[in-house]
Amino acid sequence: MSELIHRRSKSFTALIWVFVLFWIMLAGFPFLWTMWGSFKVQGDFFSKADWAYAINGLRTQIETGSSFTGDGYHGAWITKSFWQAALNTMIVVVSVVIISLTLGTLGGYALARSGKKYAFYLLMLALVFRAMPHITLVSGYLLPFFEWNLWGHLPTAIIVMVAINQPFTLWMLHSFFLNIPKDLDESAMVDGCTRFQAFRRVIVPVMWPGVITTGLFSFLLAYNDFTVTATLLNNSNQTMVPKIASFLGTTQVEGNVMFAVAAVVSATAPLFILVMFFQRQIVSGLTAGAVKG
Amino acid sequence: MKNRTFFWFILPSLVAMVLFIALPIGSVFIQSLYIEHGAVLKEVKSCGPFGCKDEVQIDVAATSQLKEEKPLGKFNGFGTYTNRNHLAVTELKSAWNDSANWSIYFSKVYNLPFYRALAFTLTYTFIVTPLVLLLGFFIALGVNSLPKKLKGPTIFVSLLPMIVTPLIGSLILFWMIDSKGILGASLQWLLDDPNLSLKASPALTWIMLIIYGVWHSAPFAFIVFYAGLQTVPSETIEAAMIDGASRWERTRYVVLPHLVPLIVFISLIQLMDNFRVFEPIVGFSAQASATSLSWIIYNDLAGGEGTFFGSAGATSVLTILGVAVLLIPVLIRTWNDFNRKAV
Repeated sequence: MSELIHRRSKSFTALIWVFVLFWIMLAGFPFLWTMWGSFKVQGDFFSKADWAYAINGLRTQIETGSSFTGDGYHGAWITKSFWQAALNTMIVVVSVVIISLTLGTLGGYALARSGKKYAFYLLMLALVFRAMPHITLVSGYLLPFFEWNLWGHLPTAIIVMVAINQPFTLWMLHSFFLNIPKDLDESAMVDGCTRFQAFRRVIVPVMWPGVITTGLFSFLLAYNDFTVTATLLNNSNQTMVPKIASFLGTTQVEGNVMFAVAAVVSATAPLFILVMFFQRQIVSGLTAGAVKG
Repeated sequence: MKNRTFFWFILPSLVAMVLFIALPIGSVFIQSLYIEHGAVLKEVKSCGPFGCKDEVQIDVAATSQLKEEKPLGKFNGFGTYTNRNHLAVTELKSAWNDSANWSIYFSKVYNLPFYRALAFTLTYTFIVTPLVLLLGFFIALGVNSLPKKLKGPTIFVSLLPMIVTPLIGSLILFWMIDSKGILGASLQWLLDDPNLSLKASPALTWIMLIIYGVWHSAPFAFIVFYAGLQTVPSETIEAAMIDGASRWERTRYVVLPHLVPLIVFISLIQLMDNFRVFEPIVGFSAQASATSLSWIIYNDLAGGEGTFFGSAGATSVLTILGVAVLLIPVLIRTWNDFNRKAV
């Protein structure tokens, strides 16, 4: 019978292959192209005469003596101190992930085990909060933060991102905890554990797959954020994404778009590695919410 | 779980959400009722070689003192909501009276900043969402029929547009469609028009942003649909085949109904996310031809012409109302489902 399902006409199979190939080109080529181009000079990457220059690097050869150049990277990382932004991003992202997960596991566990009506209302409220455009929230922070001198510090941005991240974290961890059988912690409580002891001794050891998946998404939210970091941080402690945005204003004047190109490629590399190692967790995380409700 | 235990478990998370999501919504509303102080003026006698006269000057010290004392500004009621930069009530009326027909009226309305942003935001939301569903569904069907070995790498490449930072993703595409970039130059060559610039034309900019939106979000729909396809019961498909259903009929009457809950889920997430479209406009430097609600709030706060808390607050409140309108059907549905389950 399965043979029957998989039997297809040749032309239809060809059509599917062409379509999937087209999609792969669409999804992957821009990254490949930009990565390749980041090692060229501007005259090649933005070549008016012939885009083949971008491939063989004719101008790069003339200007630097070799087909590949690290000038863009040197300019971005050293001259424009992109390394500092990368460091800030690391601090922000690690803190956001750890704090979000700590708060989220406690809350998500409680929501999954409560069964009361107010737990459902809280989840609905979290859904409403999740829908709020981040910039509307930020416009509420700015004035008080200015007044209380909280503006422009990394911890402020971290706490704000943790909070904005909470609704999503709660939903995701709540659905993971629903999958852990209730008997597990309840039998621990029958044996004399308090609720918190049961959570710590019985649930914590088995929750890691769910926590890692949720952590990946917290990582992505913090790493990819532009709205919060661009408005709440000042020039001296910017993270990578607003730093790249600020390159656009300054470098085009100096004719150094390649700094921005190199910075963009540098900021994308960690994401590539992340997807490579955690593809299965990302896929399962994306579908967790959908399949369960 | 006891109420008291529940409370202690949820407390940290709840405090964070109340402080940084619920309170800002309130504070945005209060801000929107105030407007920046005007400069304090004073009259001084300035005496020159040709006699004395009265001059009006800005009292710098008094102005800054006023700002210090009342950082919110002065109370303006709903004035900010109705001014030209927001709902523009008087402008709408006068445009209505002056316009001979609908198209003149709409072009006049389109020139008002708020309606301009609203027009793009709504167009973007309601074009990108269905296209994402459609493209994601077809990619899922295609990848599902690939040989097993190729599925992993295909999914890896497919995830990239979604996982990459929106600002970075739009910059990458922006450089390619630059008139000196590979896509822009190829288009010029294809259409034999050396002056063709995707950035110069508003219509092309809108199309470009929409294409970016679909490119960015299609992987999400694809992954969800792909997971859904794995759970389609093969018995039903086989039964349909025995009854003589064609490939199209099987997809239409067996697979699609199975995926309906997923379609609802993806549409919900996509409507919420597309309504706050913001980064692509910065990345594509598209603000001359396309602005979104989120973008005009950002421009009021960090646009370089000073910060206008009142204006940003009013737009934020209007945006939040828009989100509420989008969410109400979903909330009512979930509410009914829950109450049905409870009974």
